[in-house]
Amino acid sequence: MVLLRWIRRRLVVFAGLLTLAYLILPNVIVMVFSFNDPAGRFNYAWREFSTAAWRDPCGVADMCGSLSLSLQIATWATIGATVLGTMIAFALVRYRFRARGAINSLIFLPMAMPEVVMAASLLTLFLNLGAQLGFWTVLIAHIMFCLSFVVTAVKARVMSMDPRLEEAARDLYAGPVQTFLRVTLPIAAPGIAAGALLAFALSFDDFIITNFNAGSTVTFPMFVWGSAQRGTPVQINVIGTAMFAIAVLVVVVGQLLARRRNRAAQP
Amino acid sequence: MTGTTTEAAPPPLTTAPAAGEVRKPPTRRRLVPYWLLLPGILWLLVFFALPLVYQASTSVQTGSLEKGFQVTWHFATYWDALAEYYPQYVRSLLYAGTATVLCLLLGYPLAYLIAFKAGRWRNLILVLVIAPFFTSFLIRTLAWKTILADGGAVVGALDALHVLDVTNWLGWTQGDRVLATPMAVVCGLTYNFLPFMILPLYTSLERIDGRLHEAARDLYASPATTFRKVTFPLSMPGVVSGTLLTFIPASGDYVNAELLGSTDTKMVGNVIQSQFLRVLDYPTAAALSFILMAVVLIMVTVYIRRAGTEDLV
Repeated sequence: MVLLRWIRRRLVVFAGLLTLAYLILPNVIVMVFSFNDPAGRFNYAWREFSTAAWRDPCGVADMCGSLSLSLQIATWATIGATVLGTMIAFALVRYRFRARGAINSLIFLPMAMPEVVMAASLLTLFLNLGAQLGFWTVLIAHIMFCLSFVVTAVKARVMSMDPRLEEAARDLYAGPVQTFLRVTLPIAAPGIAAGALLAFALSFDDFIITNFNAGSTVTFPMFVWGSAQRGTPVQINVIGTAMFAIAVLVVVVGQLLARRRNRAAQP
Repeated sequence: MTGTTTEAAPPPLTTAPAAGEVRKPPTRRRLVPYWLLLPGILWLLVFFALPLVYQASTSVQTGSLEKGFQVTWHFATYWDALAEYYPQYVRSLLYAGTATVLCLLLGYPLAYLIAFKAGRWRNLILVLVIAPFFTSFLIRTLAWKTILADGGAVVGALDALHVLDVTNWLGWTQGDRVLATPMAVVCGLTYNFLPFMILPLYTSLERIDGRLHEAARDLYASPATTFRKVTFPLSMPGVVSGTLLTFIPASGDYVNAELLGSTDTKMVGNVIQSQFLRVLDYPTAAALSFILMAVVLIMVTVYIRRAGTEDLV
């Protein structure tokens, strides 16, 4: 009875941890199976421990090429979407203009639409224009769907900004450019960084829109998709695990640095 | 909101405004918002809105790949597409709806845990929720093939607990298999979109003032009543945006159905993909995609109206 009551009082904690386990389990599997030596072409059943894939991560034809292509596309898409999105966010928060409602819906709609619809309609555009599918069509598509997310992230930050800080800067005879570079931009930076990070992650991992608009260009998700049909090399798991590890490392180091800076800032 | 109203703007250099005259910002400054908006909005118009127009026009065309397609206002494509593929639409909405409900049931306790119970573990758990994003979701979806493998630990446990008997009776699984059944697809959808449920839920839960809980307790509300009358209503914005962020992408997904399902679990996304990329029947594919868009937009609008939260963006 005591035990039952103890569990009942912590039911939320148990349920939450179960969900967390559900979320993490596939990553654990990916990690464990990066050390597998599978019997056939598919890496779904455990056979024996091996570090072969880790010692030769680029040993599969075309995989590292697709990875580097994905990184390039994600980088350019992030730059494009962040610049365009930040400009829109500033305009939306700081200025009054006509057609505000229409512009807001134009930004909201891409996020409220199944990806496959955007992917299919963009392909009809490219087909009608006779565009050559490849790097450029994928980049155009990625900038398009990342844009709205950047706008949302930057907008939230700029909205919570105290306008008096800029007024103070102007009162102290800072010109518009100086005010923007020395006051506005540094305050908005975390929002812009969050938007950029989101854009990078979305672009790097995008499959559906890329699948429609890439033609014969193969990004990393496209490579994984293809290998699900032809045979999954262990190296896919190595890349997945490495990306996971790098991300966790970056976050942990960032947290530690932030904590140290906070501690230093306190007297 | 209107940071660029005239009061703080420096006077124009050329003409000093006469006393008493209402100062208007110079034309150059009034155009600033339009210049800021122009490139991004143009991008969205050309690569998001215009494609929808092209898609609408493609859906009423007839013709063939060799001879080319012409607009013939052939609306019958829509009826044919609906008649042939309505099971896939029903399935998509059913799977996406089930996955959304499951995400809410699974995600709420975790969001609650992070917001109120995690203490110094909060950041770590948040990182663990977000970190899977950095492994390509296709790789993680493939991992479910291992987890749900025939004769594996999970299937064995479900069998031993007689869960499979129930799910077989409901038609979610077949025999002693979970892979290639509706259950596997819904399981994959739930997994893939769970973080999109947890994060908005967490954001809205985290904003709740802890003193409201104390007040509820002081007024002799039981924990259950406190949750029902205080916590849950206040987390509604998170529930609404979480369900939307889960349902919308899930309804158009074809990755889970392809990797974890069988031919009997095809969703409408699979049909659109194969019509566009393999069969190359563009009018049918465009009509299918347009119907999906309309259905989702109508459902979302009705839902937002009912839930009464309009400030989502």
